[in-house]
Amino acid sequence: MTLSLLFQHIVNALSLGSLYALIAIGYTMVYGILRLINFAHGDVFMLGAYVAFYGITLVSLPWWAALLVSIVFTALFGIGLERVAYKPLRDSPRISIMISAIGASFLLESLAVLIFGGRPKGVPVPDVLSKVIHFGSVSMITISLIIPLFTFALLGVLVWIVNKTKTGMAMRAVSTDIEAARLMAVDVNKVVSFTFGIGSLLAAFGGIMWSFKYPQLNPLMGVMPGLKCFIAAVIGGIGSIGGAVMGGFLLGIIEIMIVAFLPTLSGYRDAFAFILLIVVLLVKPTGLLGKRQAEKV
Amino acid sequence: MLTIIALAAFAALAIIANSFFDAFTLRVFNLCAIYIVLALSLNLLNGFTGLFSLGHAGFMAVGAYVCALLTMTPELKDMNYFLTPIVPWLHNITIPFLPAILIAGLVSAFVGFLIGAPVLRLRDDYLAIATLGFGEIIRVLITNAQAITNGAQGLKGLPRYSTTFSVWITAGLVTLFMVLLMRSSYGRAMKAVRDDELAAEAMGINVFRVKVTSFTVSSFLAGVGGALLGHMITTIDPKMFTFMLTFNILLIVVLGGIGSISGSVISAIVVTILMEALRFLDEPMNLIFFKTEGLPGLRMVVFSILLMVMVIYRQRGLMGNKEFSWDMLQGLFVKKGRKGGDDV
Repeated sequence: MTLSLLFQHIVNALSLGSLYALIAIGYTMVYGILRLINFAHGDVFMLGAYVAFYGITLVSLPWWAALLVSIVFTALFGIGLERVAYKPLRDSPRISIMISAIGASFLLESLAVLIFGGRPKGVPVPDVLSKVIHFGSVSMITISLIIPLFTFALLGVLVWIVNKTKTGMAMRAVSTDIEAARLMAVDVNKVVSFTFGIGSLLAAFGGIMWSFKYPQLNPLMGVMPGLKCFIAAVIGGIGSIGGAVMGGFLLGIIEIMIVAFLPTLSGYRDAFAFILLIVVLLVKPTGLLGKRQAEKV
Repeated sequence: MLTIIALAAFAALAIIANSFFDAFTLRVFNLCAIYIVLALSLNLLNGFTGLFSLGHAGFMAVGAYVCALLTMTPELKDMNYFLTPIVPWLHNITIPFLPAILIAGLVSAFVGFLIGAPVLRLRDDYLAIATLGFGEIIRVLITNAQAITNGAQGLKGLPRYSTTFSVWITAGLVTLFMVLLMRSSYGRAMKAVRDDELAAEAMGINVFRVKVTSFTVSSFLAGVGGALLGHMITTIDPKMFTFMLTFNILLIVVLGGIGSISGSVISAIVVTILMEALRFLDEPMNLIFFKTEGLPGLRMVVFSILLMVMVIYRQRGLMGNKEFSWDMLQGLFVKKGRKGGDDV
């Protein structure tokens, strides 16, 4: 393996890792607040990509405008989803709310088949993003560089919101103890909506970038990334944003590197994430950055 | 007494069905039985032991493949494995259906035991994700083990052993087994673990062993169900055993009532028939005001909405965790009768 090839793999791994990280944050924030695996998150990711696609092809918006429209739409959609599918179940057993989430996920997938059609669609990638640039002997597409850059920018904003603003403080309060937060006059519903909004926004951004990097859309495109990103969130320590980012990058890098260095194993690519998950869960069930929780008796 | 009459009536129905129904109806009829087996096996975990497992499709795949490989003749195997020849030790094995399906179940149970032993230390959602992960891993392994499972091509031309009698007898046996199991001390231990793990432990129940037992038995039943399914469709490939299949079974269990044997049985029949009956939704329709062309996917939309509405508005499902009894049926009619009386 030459050095330039190695660099290319590193860039690819970073951009895949960033995408995973973006989606994993949505899982980890929702889990941190509601203790719910939002199975439909992967499908929100798919929705974001489709909305941008139709924005570009049907309404012929410029790609950045389509991106913005799609992000806003998807964020609102995420908030609506929580209102309809999860809010009525907030006080019921966790299994019920999880079943509702699985139902919501299948509903979105089948609705996508119904509305968008089951056939895969090719995405028109804007020229700016598909240009090939060269650094010496290393050549890469701009999108692979742009994805990590934007991801880090968004992460910066997110960290600022969570740690410095009042809303962020409310979010942290709710995730520590939902009842106590309510007693302290935190509007829990608002915080939950806000969390779903942010999570969906990041998922939509991830989805659009994903569709520019791997330019094909199909209604089930969110299933595998969704599962893997949930795994990334668990590996990093669910409930912790830093953990989700770390898990996302770890997963992206491992996946690309194993396929690059051990091509005979590439058929098992989708299984790596699950194997990693099980190993982590058995060794350190709270994840790499997770807090140890005492079992209440 | 009523139960015996009902069973006899059902046996008669099965005989009539076998000789008079056309092939499609008969197939749906038999599919009901297979889904009863699968739903009961998932309900044993989700409903009775309180373990939320999402890896059922994986165990079904193991059962289906083991059974198929054991019953196919060497010539049939040669026809299937044209890309990579099958490993020699599997090539010449051909055994009858009954031992094959038992071995299929046992192999699934063994896989379930191997997976369960580490995974069952996890709880709730972690368990769900880990089992989902194992289901996917099994599928990926099957896709890649070309010399054993024929990879993505799948296996075609399985002998059609799943006749009306074999599937319904299996369904009957499994139902009986579940009823007896739930009445036994094992069943009660499982329910105790579901209701309160700590209290169960304090009562001297080995919680971990109960969980592993339940998981192993459930995998056995899933393997048997998968084997029956494979021999009914006569074609199996890894794509069949995705999360979608687990979703269908979960739908049945939730609609029937988590923790109710009779609920699962009834709902398996209803859902299977609905799944086929609602196929028209995917076809072009001619409504009064507007015409729709084919709408593939509408059927699944209906089912997902059904599941969510059920979970949100009637969490206990059709039967709750109660069992069907004749008294209950009588109660239903008496209540209705009284209502009618009030109207007058």
